Amino acid sequence: MYTGRSLVVAVTIGLIAFVLLGKLFLIQVTDDSYLRKAERNAIQRVVDHPYRGLVYDRNNSLLVFNDPVFDLMVIPREFHLQDTARFCELFGIEKQSLVTNFNAAKNYSWVKPSPLIKQISNEEFARVQDFLIDYKGLFVMTRSVRAYPESAASNALGYIGEINAPQLGRDSSGYYTQGDYVGLSGIESYYEPDLRGKKGAKYKLVNVRGIDKGAFKNGDLDTLSIAGENLQATLDLELQVYGEKLMTGKRGSVVAIEPKSGEILTMISAPVYDPNILTGAKFGENYQKLNLDPEKPLFNRPIMAMYPPGSIFKIVQSLIGLQEGILTPNTTFACNRSLVNCHNHPSPVNLFGAIRNSCNPYYHQAFRQIINREVSQNTYTDTQIGLDNWRESVLKFGLGDRLGIDLHGEKSGSIPSSQLYDRIYGENRWKYSTIYSLSIGQGEMLVTPLQMANLAAIFANKGYYYTPHLVKAINGDPSRIPDRFKTKRYTGIDSVHFDMVQDAMAAALSGTAARAIMKDIAIAGKTGTAQNPAGEDHSVFIAFAPKEDPQIAIAVYVENAGWGGRAAASTASLLIEKYLTREINRPLLEEYVLTGEFIY
Amino acid sequence: MRQKDTYFHKIDWITIGLYFALVLVGWLNIYAAVYDGQNDTSIFDFSINSGKQLIWIGTAVVLITLIMVADYRLFQNLSLVLYLVFIVILFLTPFIGKEINGQRAWFELGIFRLQPAEFTKFATALALAKLMENPTFDLGKWSHQAKAMGIILLPVALIMLQPDTGTAMVYSSFFIMLYREGMPQKYYVFSLGLIGLSILTLTINNNWYLFGGLAVIVVLMVLASKKSWKNLLGIFFLGVLMVTYAYSLDRVVEKLPPHQQNRIMVLFDPDVDPLGVGWNVTQSKIAIGSGGLLGKGYLEGTQTKFDFVPEQHTDFIFCTLGEEFGWVGSLVMISLFVALLLRLVFLAERQKTRFSRIYGYCVLSLLFFHFSINIAMTIGLFPVVGIPLPFFSYGGSSLWSFTLLLFIFIKLDSHRIQILGRSY
Repeated sequence: MYTGRSLVVAVTIGLIAFVLLGKLFLIQVTDDSYLRKAERNAIQRVVDHPYRGLVYDRNNSLLVFNDPVFDLMVIPREFHLQDTARFCELFGIEKQSLVTNFNAAKNYSWVKPSPLIKQISNEEFARVQDFLIDYKGLFVMTRSVRAYPESAASNALGYIGEINAPQLGRDSSGYYTQGDYVGLSGIESYYEPDLRGKKGAKYKLVNVRGIDKGAFKNGDLDTLSIAGENLQATLDLELQVYGEKLMTGKRGSVVAIEPKSGEILTMISAPVYDPNILTGAKFGENYQKLNLDPEKPLFNRPIMAMYPPGSIFKIVQSLIGLQEGILTPNTTFACNRSLVNCHNHPSPVNLFGAIRNSCNPYYHQAFRQIINREVSQNTYTDTQIGLDNWRESVLKFGLGDRLGIDLHGEKSGSIPSSQLYDRIYGENRWKYSTIYSLSIGQGEMLVTPLQMANLAAIFANKGYYYTPHLVKAINGDPSRIPDRFKTKRYTGIDSVHFDMVQDAMAAALSGTAARAIMKDIAIAGKTGTAQNPAGEDHSVFIAFAPKEDPQIAIAVYVENAGWGGRAAASTASLLIEKYLTREINRPLLEEYVLTGEFIY
Repeated sequence: MRQKDTYFHKIDWITIGLYFALVLVGWLNIYAAVYDGQNDTSIFDFSINSGKQLIWIGTAVVLITLIMVADYRLFQNLSLVLYLVFIVILFLTPFIGKEINGQRAWFELGIFRLQPAEFTKFATALALAKLMENPTFDLGKWSHQAKAMGIILLPVALIMLQPDTGTAMVYSSFFIMLYREGMPQKYYVFSLGLIGLSILTLTINNNWYLFGGLAVIVVLMVLASKKSWKNLLGIFFLGVLMVTYAYSLDRVVEKLPPHQQNRIMVLFDPDVDPLGVGWNVTQSKIAIGSGGLLGKGYLEGTQTKFDFVPEQHTDFIFCTLGEEFGWVGSLVMISLFVALLLRLVFLAERQKTRFSRIYGYCVLSLLFFHFSINIAMTIGLFPVVGIPLPFFSYGGSSLWSFTLLLFIFIKLDSHRIQILGRSY
């Protein structure tokens, strides 16, 4: 009876087995999401952070290095404290913060490590190291922070900090993760890809409670971190430190360039701040303080501040005039003060005398000839054509546009075009009498201190420059710096025209900046005064030396320090002396610069 | 000598071989489940579960020997006594048992812990065989059905007191044996229909689709049936009944406390509660699913090694096999089970006595239920119920009870030639 039903039972067994194997096939063979989930469960990726590259100056002195700091980590399950008071004394921690930190660690995880005391310094660590073995559940994690042996060049070097959300969003390489440190300004930011190195990764097996169970696949997939590459900066640390000392108590900029290479020897934004305060645990607090400081120490003046070039621009006017054939060394104009105000000097003057005495009416008349060449009957059109041609020539001096230094945030300055005046006054509503201020470097014209220093380099080189830059070698290899720093840029002015200009600049010193003159070294320089509608004028001075074989070209701005000869010229002269002779033989001048009150 | 030779030839060595193959694979998997890759503990170390399981296997071999040398009539004669003894023990368990995980299901005898409910299975099987061996016993009759149900439901009721739903559920497997012995087919059709309707009700969220589907079924039934008033009326009532059932099931589930709702819904979607009820199933599926076609290799399974799957050496032991030996390993293991089950069907059918055949079907019913529900639960095809995988799961009670269950039948089978009692 019912023997047929045995077949039904047998078929049912086979059917169920088939369903089970089918479902198993689906989840095991066709669906690989379970494999990924299993890896997420049991394999933990631990990042091995690379050592950030160091920065040296041009003479291989260390500018930036990595200072180890130690975090004392605790595993709450293993940590038992018998004598709290003794522990607090040994490790120099308040009982209250010990309790707070330990509770936070406990709340995070009973079995995973959390920091108990953060950022113990090297010295402190040496002291407590021996006590560590007395306590179970404690271990030390080493990290490093940036450190600056001479506390110099803060704005040029920049600082690093935790990556922020917008940066993380922009990072298309996928290299960064939350909590990574990146260069946020200066060359730390610009050379971030070279400095950061390459992260390594270790793959660890963890169990369901997150406890380490050894290396995944015996560490075959692990990669070691690769340390970042070292940079050699173009800065001269000794000069930088001395310059910062001279700029103490002043507001302004110093930029010194080696003319034959475009390498920046010194770049100072005063007031300076100590770069060491923007590292480690105090970063946030100190950054707030600097950010709110009315003196704006974080504002990198050499590339971000813009001023009218003032009298120094007369040299550019002279060179354009000579090149265009409008002026010759013998071209003479009277010092006609009805055109524009001037100061007492012999009149009339030739071009040499005009540069030397910085004669305003001379350039008023010379510039009119440069602009109005009567290519058009219409004086408005004539001025417009003249201005735009002139602007072309000026731009070749590296003005009116970013030079392309290896820093982020460089400003372009501005050289006005006919469109600008059309916008201000309307088409055919302006002519030479509207724009004549440009002749003496005033009016709708702005340059940065970096562009000004570059002008000095052009004068020193007799007509060409290299884009100023702060890094001369990456990982010891000079060829790895960007190509634009290796390209000679010509101004379109023949070098013959520079001889007379250089002579006039040298001669000018005895009139306008006698303090800057040195006994043994011939300096060519030019003072300027950047007009400041908000207060006292800014003191400006550019120079290069030695005149016959220029090694250094420099621009110094001292804000609100009045006429250029005083503060700026003295500072520039001392820096030239320091760079060329490595010593200072003019203690009185140094004293004058250091103690003079130049902020009003 | 010749006498002995023939007896040895009557023993079904295929079943015994399958049994030992399964026990051996199970034992290796228990070691894999406790192995953590750091301590080089030997598989024989008695401080870990694989070592302990070896003791259980050893004692099971002693048990087998005792069964094989005992008089084959003993089991038939003692069946009712055994049943009553275990019912009494089961009755006492909630009062004197040791509480573990909220259940009072365990007896402690010195260092041993035994679960009486495990042993009640074979006693119930013997009692059922004893009851039904009478040729006048007819499952077509209400009164006889009630007697059989009584024998099954008595231990179920007592087990529910512990409470141990999983073990209690196992007793429903006797319906496989009852089917073979002539239980009316309409019960099975009705039950399967009810189960199907329940699953549909819970998986289909929009009731209108469900009702529409049921309407289509009713129309098809009308078209297929002989158009008599009686038939049409019957089909109409069936349709009303199905809709009412589906509607009220939804209402009942909605009224359940959330954690019980989850327990049901997690079956259809483990993500309903991935860290709670769904944790076991999710982790179990991850472990098995990550095994791929060929597995990660013996002792290389990260999920089982590092404790991601709870109960991995007992109820979830299949995870270890699935992860470390992949689909091919699962295929081999399921094939072993299917071979054993089909062999049991064959053996049961060749019995000369009703007693042996009924008992054989009880054995295969219990093994089949345990095997299919356990694996189905680890891959999310069935709710998580705490029942072991026969011969695989760690634990003395389950290994002993399945060994007893199986070898009593092997013993009976070896004496099938000797006329015992009345043949049908």
